[in-house]
Amino acid sequence: MVLSAWCECGEVENAMSELYELGIEGAAEGLAKGEFSSVELTQAVIDRVKAENPRIGAYLTFDEDGALAAAKAADEVRSGASPHQAPGTKHQALLGVPIAVKDLINVKGQPCTCASKILKGYVSPYDATVIKNLKAAGAVCAGRVNMDEFAMGSSTENSALGRTVNPYDVTRVPGGSSGGSAAAVGGNMCIAALGTDTGGSIRQPASFCNCVGLKPSYGRVSRFGVTAFASSLDQVGPMTKSVTDAALLLQALAGHDEMDGTTPDEPVPDYAAALEGASLKGVKIGLPKEYFIDGLDPEVKRLTDAAVARCSAAGAELVEVSLPHTDYAMAVYYIVAPAEASANLARFDGVRYGHRSTRSDDVFNLYARSRAEGFGPEVKRRIIMGTYVLSSGYYDAYYGRALKVRTLIRRDFEEAFAKVDALLTPVAPTPAFKIGEVQDPLTMYLNDLFTIPSSLAGNCAISVPVGFTADAHLPVGVQFIGDAYREDKLLRVAKAFEDAS
Amino acid sequence: MTIIRTFFLSRSFAPRGADLCYNCGMDKPAIDVAYVAELARLELTDEEKAVFQPQLENIVKYVEKISSVDISDVPPTMHGRAIVNALREDEVRPSLDRETALANAPARTGDEFMLPKIVEGAES
Repeated sequence: MVLSAWCECGEVENAMSELYELGIEGAAEGLAKGEFSSVELTQAVIDRVKAENPRIGAYLTFDEDGALAAAKAADEVRSGASPHQAPGTKHQALLGVPIAVKDLINVKGQPCTCASKILKGYVSPYDATVIKNLKAAGAVCAGRVNMDEFAMGSSTENSALGRTVNPYDVTRVPGGSSGGSAAAVGGNMCIAALGTDTGGSIRQPASFCNCVGLKPSYGRVSRFGVTAFASSLDQVGPMTKSVTDAALLLQALAGHDEMDGTTPDEPVPDYAAALEGASLKGVKIGLPKEYFIDGLDPEVKRLTDAAVARCSAAGAELVEVSLPHTDYAMAVYYIVAPAEASANLARFDGVRYGHRSTRSDDVFNLYARSRAEGFGPEVKRRIIMGTYVLSSGYYDAYYGRALKVRTLIRRDFEEAFAKVDALLTPVAPTPAFKIGEVQDPLTMYLNDLFTIPSSLAGNCAISVPVGFTADAHLPVGVQFIGDAYREDKLLRVAKAFEDAS
Repeated sequence: MTIIRTFFLSRSFAPRGADLCYNCGMDKPAIDVAYVAELARLELTDEEKAVFQPQLENIVKYVEKISSVDISDVPPTMHGRAIVNALREDEVRPSLDRETALANAPARTGDEFMLPKIVEGAES
């Protein structure tokens, strides 16, 4: 429990914040001490969602009965188990804790719409591996949060099923594509959330909504049961209220999965243990000069500089580094990601699941019209773009060439991480922008300028809150990028940074 | 003999407008949105075509900046992390049962997904 600064009486009742404000660490502590039950915690979240969701629109659906049943089951597990015999206390952290799930991750018996009309009414027949893991840890996964359709977008305005606004300013976007996850965490409508990140979709909304957002290294977390957007880039990751919470949630998500051949059978470190005694003393932090550009919003620039100063004051050694192929990353991404998306989204053809057009008299029209009626404009644009760069006569010039430039981008990071422990950069060029402000697709893509390169390289990266803009009081985060499969080291840096505030 | 219409091979995959070479320095990118959408099995309204054409020309033009990068002797990166030969035992395992697999079907007949006739000349 957080004790209030003005009261020294120490009475828990006076000091107690609302249960829904808790993060994983605080919730786990209160549950372990018996201060409240999971049913009480879950009910507090449900009440909060009922009160706030009409205004914020973070959730698309919430299975209230399912949530309370899972919470009751968690309470029974807890009451029956001796804390001394609890296997792996790290997993106990999620027992009975409500986690919001981005609406492209399959949870058996729940809808999974990807915020698309094409999947309206779809009910998942199985659990994604990350959900299996969370359920095994006793987490309560009952609420499904909004997103840009098929995770394509940076504002959640591309959702076909609902509007989500920023809890810090309801006239602004929550970011995207994991905008519902960020709004639910930032608006205290969950204890923590799952997002997915292909080119920045966890980190940018985390920055916009004052959350911690971790994109794990490619392959660290299983993608089985997660609707595919760009298979060589997609990762599931935690969106939380603190760095410690991100470590606790990642612990349950990470690891080899025989259902996803891109997850290596490498040991998963104890991430919470890695945070103990976290310090920036002597830590080498690289500042990539290509990321500190003229186009940066002045307030984002000021807060990024403040983050650099905070690291320096905490004893970090700051080093200028160069990632010379940064300027090509966005172009590579907008070839590779749509190419993979166009192939992945071919499965939505109106045959086995999803929307089927009633205007179809033959199979060609069944495909073309079901897809026309089901997909929104951004998804259509990316399917067309992806089909184009993969088509005969263009493949080598676009897709083939992009894969090679991707190698150069990856090498930039490898060279940088030979010299530094982590990189510090802005998350996005601006704070949360106004709803409807960005209309041109290419301008919207620029949101991912600083998050795309590390996605292409397969590194892990985290967005951590740094402060608020002066006039509009909008939250802004800073990005730390870590070497691949060194989430332990990255989280340690992020934790020390968070503690230094 | 039954003729099977192979829907993804019945039309050429080469987009029209290929006279505009990607490397020749011409300004206007050679994307024909209406045609590529057809390749992607995506019906577009005239309005959508009019909106998407300039938008995608812009995007194509933007991504062409990678044409100036020297990629000689550079191998491609297909994944964020390359894993070679992710193998498992070749054994029979349970999968979704038929009813579960059919539960989200937009149309079914008995134990199967129902579709318009695909094979020409066959009894439907």
